[in-house]
Amino acid sequence: MKFSESWLREWVNPEISSEELAAQITMAGLEVDEVLPVAADFSGVVVGEIISAEAHPNADKLQVCTVSDGSEEFQVVCGAPNARAGIKTPFAKVGAVLAPDFKIKKAKLRQVDSFGMLCSASELGLSDDNSGILELAQNAPVGKDLRDYLQLDDLIIDVDLTPNRSDCLSIRGLAREVGVLNKKDVQAVSVEPVSVSIDDTFPVIVTAEAACPRYLGRIIKNVNVKAASPLWLTEKLRRSGIRSIDPVVDVTNYVLLELGQPMHAFDLEKLRGSINVRMAQSNEKITLLNDEEITLRDDTLVIADDDSALALAGIMGGSMSGVSATSQHIFLESAFFAPTLLAGKARSYGLHTDGSHRFERGVDSELQKEAIERATQLIIEIAGGNAGPIIEKVADTALPQARRVRLRRQKLDQYLVVHLDTEQVTEILMRLGLKVIEVTELEWTVESPSHRFDIEIEEDLIEEVARIYGYNNIPSNMPAAAINFTASPEAKTPIQAIRSTLVAQGYQEAITYSFIDSVISKQFFPDIEPIALSNPISAEMGVMRPSLLPGLVKAYLHNQNRQQLDVRLFETGRRFIGRIDELQQLDQQECIAGLLAGNREIESWSNAGEKVDFYDVKSHVETLLSLNNSVSADYTRASVDYLHPGRSATVSISGKEVGVLGELHPQLAKKLGCNQTVYLFDLDLQAVIAGELPVYSPVSKYPEVRRDFAFLADSDLPVATLKEIIEQTAGESFKKVVVFDVYEGAGIDFNKKSVALGLTWQHHSHTLSDEEINNSVEQVLVALKDQLGVVVRG
Amino acid sequence: MENLQQILDEALKAVDASENESALDEIRVHYLGKKGALTALLKQLANVAAEDRPKFGQLVNEAKEQVQAAISVQREQLATAALNQKLATETIDITLAGRGQTVGGLHPVTRTQERIEGFFRGIGFDVASGPEIEDDYHNFEALNIPAHHPARAMQDTFYFDANTVLRTHTSPVQVRTMETSEPPIRIICPGRVYRCDSDQTHTPMFHQVEGLLIDENISFADLKGILQQFLNVFFEDDVKTRFRPSYFPFTEPSIEVDIWRVNSKGEGSWLEVLGCGMVHPKVLQMSGIDSEKYTGFAFGMGVERFAMLRYRVDDLRMFFENDLRFLKQFN
Repeated sequence: MKFSESWLREWVNPEISSEELAAQITMAGLEVDEVLPVAADFSGVVVGEIISAEAHPNADKLQVCTVSDGSEEFQVVCGAPNARAGIKTPFAKVGAVLAPDFKIKKAKLRQVDSFGMLCSASELGLSDDNSGILELAQNAPVGKDLRDYLQLDDLIIDVDLTPNRSDCLSIRGLAREVGVLNKKDVQAVSVEPVSVSIDDTFPVIVTAEAACPRYLGRIIKNVNVKAASPLWLTEKLRRSGIRSIDPVVDVTNYVLLELGQPMHAFDLEKLRGSINVRMAQSNEKITLLNDEEITLRDDTLVIADDDSALALAGIMGGSMSGVSATSQHIFLESAFFAPTLLAGKARSYGLHTDGSHRFERGVDSELQKEAIERATQLIIEIAGGNAGPIIEKVADTALPQARRVRLRRQKLDQYLVVHLDTEQVTEILMRLGLKVIEVTELEWTVESPSHRFDIEIEEDLIEEVARIYGYNNIPSNMPAAAINFTASPEAKTPIQAIRSTLVAQGYQEAITYSFIDSVISKQFFPDIEPIALSNPISAEMGVMRPSLLPGLVKAYLHNQNRQQLDVRLFETGRRFIGRIDELQQLDQQECIAGLLAGNREIESWSNAGEKVDFYDVKSHVETLLSLNNSVSADYTRASVDYLHPGRSATVSISGKEVGVLGELHPQLAKKLGCNQTVYLFDLDLQAVIAGELPVYSPVSKYPEVRRDFAFLADSDLPVATLKEIIEQTAGESFKKVVVFDVYEGAGIDFNKKSVALGLTWQHHSHTLSDEEINNSVEQVLVALKDQLGVVVRG
Repeated sequence: MENLQQILDEALKAVDASENESALDEIRVHYLGKKGALTALLKQLANVAAEDRPKFGQLVNEAKEQVQAAISVQREQLATAALNQKLATETIDITLAGRGQTVGGLHPVTRTQERIEGFFRGIGFDVASGPEIEDDYHNFEALNIPAHHPARAMQDTFYFDANTVLRTHTSPVQVRTMETSEPPIRIICPGRVYRCDSDQTHTPMFHQVEGLLIDENISFADLKGILQQFLNVFFEDDVKTRFRPSYFPFTEPSIEVDIWRVNSKGEGSWLEVLGCGMVHPKVLQMSGIDSEKYTGFAFGMGVERFAMLRYRVDDLRMFFENDLRFLKQFN
């Protein structure tokens, strides 16, 4: 809420500077967003009167005006279309300063001398209005300094109020708060009932009593809506960011700002039969003040007459029934609508108004009468008219009830640690407008007034006391707590160690959005129906990712398109697979995924620029899965849509699939715009985390024996199968087998490959003899030949 | 005798002039070998007068030792020279880069999150996590934010259907923890959160670390103490703070914490970094905790905000572009 500092000071005027005031309000929980001067820092501008305006001899769009400053007359050339004889307007005389580098000098415009300038509102920093010169009230005193006349030495303070403090959405509420903070009494405006001069009333029926517990209305006849709102009124509205429309609308806006009561005025002659406050019928239509036609739902409260809905209650009036330039008699409404009923309604129609903002958060339910009297008084003062009696409809049981809340001394002291004097606490509560019913050594009993409906429980009172005492005055303390250490299972690899492992292999960690483009999702995972957001930021972020890979590929492309071609990225995070209507079963598993492309080593004198390949990404996956003594993983040929069918693998541990790795499918890579081969891996994070505690086994003292062989095998025989048979048949002393060469090509039959293996044996209790080794070798060779047709290369 | 001196002089001269191991060997054989010149002198001992024999023998032996010593020294010198020459030829350009890959790095958000986690783990908080697609109850209702509460507008929410959302904060993890455990509770909940907002200063996804401490007799002063210490430790400085009243439906009282920051021009301003408060009794009750016996505080912070302050990043969106030229700055 924006308000003028001087308006607030009319209500309560503590002896502190503007800066201190803003800081004080902020520290009381009403955060000041911005403090702005109400006008530019100009000088030398007075109220001028245009005596005459003649066409400029040499320019179509200019006029030559004679302007009076009350004592002298000046010739001023002016380009504003509204410059005309008889109006009062800001006159910057020669020597006036409008901005640090903008001083008014005598000038010649198209051969005509000009002594000064007539100013628009925007030139004076009053508003953005640049359509013409600012027209001042007819009774503006000619010659008076404009700053004095408009009281421009004032500031606009913009407070960002939290939803619980709607009691401060008015000058009265803010003044109450400032009064408490400074222990100053507030000078409230006195509202006397207006004398009723006519008997006319308009019938009111409240059908929806729970939604509208209080409704007041009155007729005011013979109102001159063409009367000008006085300067003090329009300036206050302007400083709160509200434009002056006509006296009736201006007054309702003024009362909204001053007291916090949103009001509405109807053109009496447009009303048929009676006012009925009722729920809308489904598909009932209304055209609002903003000329938008909307279709209503039956959960919406409307103000209707016998014919149709006239206004969205508490939100916005209708265009047909509102006060217009031809209105003569009005029906003024001041009501209390239940916050729970209005909550979310304006938003559901795409609306947000000063009224809905207040009613949703809550308006003082005792304020309506005072507000209607205040508005009537002002309307009659400005635009004349005769007021009829007030009709009031109240449903007492539906009105918010005053609450009694207990504040215990022990609880207060426990929360705040400091001990505040009983009198000090009582004073804070009373100045806040709370009714202190009883005070004892042990507790306070307080009744919350109708404007502080946010006070419900003891903690609310603790907050109020703490807030006024000052959060910064409460001591700091480190709580003593029982030492309690949570065990971290040693068999599990900490996520930090997993990340470090990839970082050591040159990977940069990425963080990509959890939502991706559904088109991309389908390209990767044609069989997965991705989970769609109902209100995404954009189609590009329309669905939850079923895997981290599309995001990593997108990040790769971002880099590729910026000449960053050696890319190693990884990410940890959740994937989302399943159905929203089966939330409990929805897979939100954490994964770790990586992407690898470009040179194997950084480009350097020391390498020939070899590119990464499948075995690089496989090595990284193997490393991850071997952290912390994990069970070994099996790699089988994968068949996933987004990977190269010949260069991809499914990873399983103990028969359970835990991930995939391989080359991004060349066709998809091309479609996405990759201009080099990209390798990917995607693993369940838990599979990487899982490990086993090391268990010691004795180290043999006896020498190892190694024998190397080159085997000739079918080229499509997986080496893993070879190794498997060797492991099964090489005897109890067998230790390990390494593959030290694989060769296909010249010297080898077509469809065959040479696989060079080194087999190692070692016994735990004796040195192996040649004979023992030879026996083992023989068993291996026979098994390989019999089972796989693999022979030693001749 | 004169002969001895002459031979000795010759021998030492030859050793001195020798240029390699084999030359030295030849010298050794020539003078000290079985048929060597000095050995030959000893064979002439019979021709020496008996009384001079011991003296002559001693002189010849001394000469032999002298030559032997000279040979050793020369051999050592030659070996050193040869090694030096070999090493000289093996010299490489040590300014060339090492072989292989360079190390990568963590994302600055992770780095910051781990730092925050580290502080709270150190004072006995556990780390808890939970689902990101949440039901309305855990994200809102259980946190005292009923349907249509104006506070829902404070957090623009991503919806899947009327009852399912992307969590707008990590508070649902606190709720789930309270539902399943008994006080004392000391947890932090780091993770991704989502708000339907995207501009210069908002991304639709960001990271939070929230914390919760519930025990008997926990006070506002405890909250201030822990958060002040946290800020001091995080920024490695005595951070000037202010605790400002605010509003969150799930805490009462509610507080925002501002820190004083001075920019490069020396201008200072307050900057909000934390939201916190004493846990609202309704929130405790809804999760089955006795709000008369226990009190607690909760706090939450945006990890990106802390990373931006710490590393002087001025554009939030950089965090999610994954541009290597950005990421590598944090290695």
